[in-house]
Amino acid sequence: MIGETVSRRDFLKITSIAGGGMLIGFNLLSDSTSAAAIADGVVFAPNAYITISPAGLVTLMAPNPEIGQGVKTALPMILAEELNVKWDTVAVDMAPLDQKYGSQVAGGSGAIRSRFMPIRKAGATARVMLISAAAQQWACAETDCYAEDGFVVNKTSGKKLGYGELAAKAATLPVPNDVALKDPKDFKIIGTRVPNIDNHKIVTGQPLYGIDTRRPGMLYAMVVRPPAFGKVLKSFDDTEARKVVGVKNVVKAGKVVAVLATSTWAAKKGKDVLVTVWNDAGKLESTADHIAAYTDMVNTKSEKPGRVDGDVDAVFAKGGKVIEAVYELPNLAHAAMEPLNFFADVKENSVELYGPTQVPARMRQEVSKALNIPEANITLGMPRQGGGFGRKLQADNGVEAALISAAAKAPIQMLWTREDDMQGDFYRAGALYKMKAAIGADGQIEAWHLNSAALGGGSAVADSFPAASIPNFRVDTHTFRSNIQTGPWRAPTSNIVTFADECFMDELAHELKKDPIAFRLELLDKAEKQPTGKVGYNIEKYRGVVKLVAEMSNWGKNTKPNTFYGFAARFSFNTYAAHVAELTNTNGVLRVTKVYSAINCGRVVNLSGAENQVQGAIIDGLSHALFSKITFDKGAVIEKNFNTYKFMRQKDAPLEVIVKFVPTEDAPTGLGEPGLPPIAPAVANAIFAATGKRYRKLPFELGKA
Amino acid sequence: MAKYTLNVNNKAMTVEADPDTPLLWVLRDNLNLVGTKYGCGIAQCGACTVHINGTAVRSCQYPVAAVQASKVTTIEGLSPTGTHPLQLAWEEMDVAQCGYCQSGQIMAAASLLKNNPNPTDADIDKTMTNICRCGTHYRIRKAIHLAANTKTTKAAKL
Repeated sequence: MIGETVSRRDFLKITSIAGGGMLIGFNLLSDSTSAAAIADGVVFAPNAYITISPAGLVTLMAPNPEIGQGVKTALPMILAEELNVKWDTVAVDMAPLDQKYGSQVAGGSGAIRSRFMPIRKAGATARVMLISAAAQQWACAETDCYAEDGFVVNKTSGKKLGYGELAAKAATLPVPNDVALKDPKDFKIIGTRVPNIDNHKIVTGQPLYGIDTRRPGMLYAMVVRPPAFGKVLKSFDDTEARKVVGVKNVVKAGKVVAVLATSTWAAKKGKDVLVTVWNDAGKLESTADHIAAYTDMVNTKSEKPGRVDGDVDAVFAKGGKVIEAVYELPNLAHAAMEPLNFFADVKENSVELYGPTQVPARMRQEVSKALNIPEANITLGMPRQGGGFGRKLQADNGVEAALISAAAKAPIQMLWTREDDMQGDFYRAGALYKMKAAIGADGQIEAWHLNSAALGGGSAVADSFPAASIPNFRVDTHTFRSNIQTGPWRAPTSNIVTFADECFMDELAHELKKDPIAFRLELLDKAEKQPTGKVGYNIEKYRGVVKLVAEMSNWGKNTKPNTFYGFAARFSFNTYAAHVAELTNTNGVLRVTKVYSAINCGRVVNLSGAENQVQGAIIDGLSHALFSKITFDKGAVIEKNFNTYKFMRQKDAPLEVIVKFVPTEDAPTGLGEPGLPPIAPAVANAIFAATGKRYRKLPFELGKA
Repeated sequence: MAKYTLNVNNKAMTVEADPDTPLLWVLRDNLNLVGTKYGCGIAQCGACTVHINGTAVRSCQYPVAAVQASKVTTIEGLSPTGTHPLQLAWEEMDVAQCGYCQSGQIMAAASLLKNNPNPTDADIDKTMTNICRCGTHYRIRKAIHLAANTKTTKAAKL
């Protein structure tokens, strides 16, 4: 990717208003305002990510969608590190969709993981070229020069030239293919705490998000869509809708009807009085039916088991001690705080798109297909996004907006109401797990059988711990085919199966009268010394986070009254996460007051952002575990807004979330998701410690214990 | 449609809107003050929190006709320079992830600090009822304490 962009070196000629050599506080600019500050003249742009103006302004491009995971800060930090510039002197711009930026995706906790080395190389390339330019100017060897804080310094003479002064010269040099990266021990930015690049704009309420888009002549669009899965539009009557003051048009766009108006409220009122008739075009499913079906499914073997070691049935048939438990998880909505929206301006053979998406390339492709307009004629810009959590891996919002704009022949800003968002999601599939284990006469786990069913999608990660540590091991999964849309939700699959795996593990530990952490360490030792089948995780790293969180939480040695602890861990997205939840019982009211977390995600790029991701994932996971569920009644969602689809407020939030990262030189791994899966089981295990009761169903809906 | 002259961020602003239009949409669509956010429309999430005469109100359920002569303060007007102690504390604690709910959180917290300059955790639990989907609750709590301490320290120095 970088090789290609590097070879496409171009000399950007920016004809704009004069800027001058102002260098302070450019962080506060960013997002295209920086372009105006670039003085007229040749700009050094050795690759797609970096431009340096003769006035010395360094602009770094943030290539991946920013959904709250912090990549708009972290990726440019990596560039700045290798470029050797001071962080508070650079401007950061959000890149639009362009193939020169490679894969622009927010998903799979992959941005830092996949871009760390290429981005470093991009930064280092620019640095090396600036050093070459200086060496030529001073007629000295490149080895006599070094780069620091936006200057190239001559070691012998002590002379300095600013990057801006070198920009024109550097722009004439060939772009080297292979450059030496910095020695990580010299890192000044990577690994430090850098605040979110948009903080000031966020806290002062500046327009940043898709919903804030305003364009001349733009109409506000609200959409009427099916009230239930299984229903399709038969007809509509827009007589009353068109009478609403401010409503300009009502159009059918694909399978939905859109009301266009001069304000959001007028569009909403028009939507509310639009008369629609719906046909039943498929099954109208209810959650109760799903659960009944799952219950049957988990009693049968699947045709293609995910993993088979030994023979679990033979062990169970022996008639020794067998433990069984069933865990149930609900469907969940993504419910990002910013409801789905998109701006679209469709002209005869061109389209402008601007809005929230985790997959801009897919979005453009699908809009191209829907409108039969070539991708080359479609531009797509990305604002900061008010959450993603996987919902915006789907392209439906942009396609819908484009179809509405095409039908109305007007630029439009489409906005879903919260109720639209709850009924129109691609849900986290609910699931049921039947867990069964056999304990041998020697007190060892002899067999482990996971049998699961879920509404679409996967419900187990076959090789995850404790696989390899138990001689007879089997994973069966079943999928219920449904017309209810399901899709990835923060930490897909891991966010359901971890609850079953790690709660059951705790049950077994208690059955064996072993400390839950010591029990896991024993199993890890087994996986190391006598592994059965494939080992799908790094035992040393797994053990490392387990031990670290035990130490952080003073595991097993706490004497605080009315305070109880639960442990769980998970390896997902190449990252190891182990949590201890502290639960306090105050007059019968249980509250998770503190969470300790140990993480091994390789090298941490932004310490503040990384910590925030883990703290957030823990609170996010806890919030859903305590309160949230989506229930269907004949294809319609019962929880239509936040009065029934509940989220955590401060009164239920932990007072402290302590995160530690295992110090390591390893390459960075994922971090947006791995902190989430272990929190629900850690809390369930703490609830058991507090009450002696197993909560095997989510949400806990604790109330009074 | 009716005409209203509103006092928003200490400026008189005239808008034309249906009387039942929530203040939220008047701010966003008529006045282009988009820092106030839509999240649920039923006064549950608090993303739309503004101040009416200094008190936190969820503007999605506050009809424009009810505003009358009240003073409306939005996140854009909380501090002319963006340096309200809470705004500074939010930056210092690096609270935001997606950031979408934070203007509402700050407005709710500003109302809290006005009535209670040194809130305890229990006070924060009781008053801060806004939703944050990213889970920044812990940092929000820390930022409120930080802003309160900064204010108290400043007051003590005066």
